[in-house]
Amino acid sequence: MTVHNLYIFDRNGACLHYSEWNRKKQAGISKEEEFKLMYGMLFSIRSFVSKMSPLDIRYKLHYYETPTGVKVVMNTDLGVPNCRDILHQIYSTLYVEYIVKNPLCPLGESLRSELFNSRLDSFIKALPFFSARAG
Amino acid sequence: MSRQSNRTTESKKMNSELFTLTYGALVTQLCKDYENDEEVNKQLDKMGYNIGVRLIEDFLARSSVGRCHDFRETADVIAKVAFKMYLGITPSVTNWSPAGDEFSLILESNPLVDFVELPDNHSNLVYSNLLCGVLRGALEMVQMAVDVRFAQDMLRGDNVTEIRMKFIKRIEENLPAGDE
Repeated sequence: MTVHNLYIFDRNGACLHYSEWNRKKQAGISKEEEFKLMYGMLFSIRSFVSKMSPLDIRYKLHYYETPTGVKVVMNTDLGVPNCRDILHQIYSTLYVEYIVKNPLCPLGESLRSELFNSRLDSFIKALPFFSARAG
Repeated sequence: MSRQSNRTTESKKMNSELFTLTYGALVTQLCKDYENDEEVNKQLDKMGYNIGVRLIEDFLARSSVGRCHDFRETADVIAKVAFKMYLGITPSVTNWSPAGDEFSLILESNPLVDFVELPDNHSNLVYSNLLCGVLRGALEMVQMAVDVRFAQDMLRGDNVTEIRMKFIKRIEENLPAGDE
């Protein structure tokens, strides 16, 4: 384990402080541009979350990406533990089984498989921490 | 959920003769549909490519393989994991170019050609060319552009079957349309 770097931004998005330790790769762009990129990402996430949960901006964003670039994002509340295995299962037992292996489902378009939708729905609802009430 | 657990990602057994004969029927039909062998080779490559871009997802779902760090690791994964998983054989990886961007897969046996003999009038047919397309399509999905071709083929009287793979470039991940 290690620490790569640390940013501190003010309320307007200016980068107040930056330091780095074991950073293995430089971005290939100027630091200013990199700060903007990082702040832009935070800004987007924040504004997205405030539209999703108006009362409480605490949440957990679970992210899983395959080497082929398929990205799975699942937002939950804070009590939910690490979801890596669950997101991998969504990819391997649902997406690959019902979409990739179905020649009638074109890749790279929005998924229109009823079977996939219903399987995903029951998969999520069967998770131990699933509960319809937030909190 | 019960049906889902039956459809897990374990590999299912399939009769290898049925597989070999099905592939043979496909190539035979292509030979009837197209005038010359070059065109058939091209179609096989295209079909393989379409298979490859989907097969890679199945491969990643089933194996616990992550992103490879270099082309040598990729070569090993292709030979030892992928070929084993889908064709039940383990080709050897040899003939590395000095720059490390080109290698050969040597197949001692090729399940696709178990019952095949090339007729004289199809001397230019690359019978197993589908495999090239599969490899090309699958690697393209993990950001690697490669050139794949048969360098030797036991069907044409060579001692071994050799698939030559050349790394061309890394494909940068594309941004969604509208972004700079």
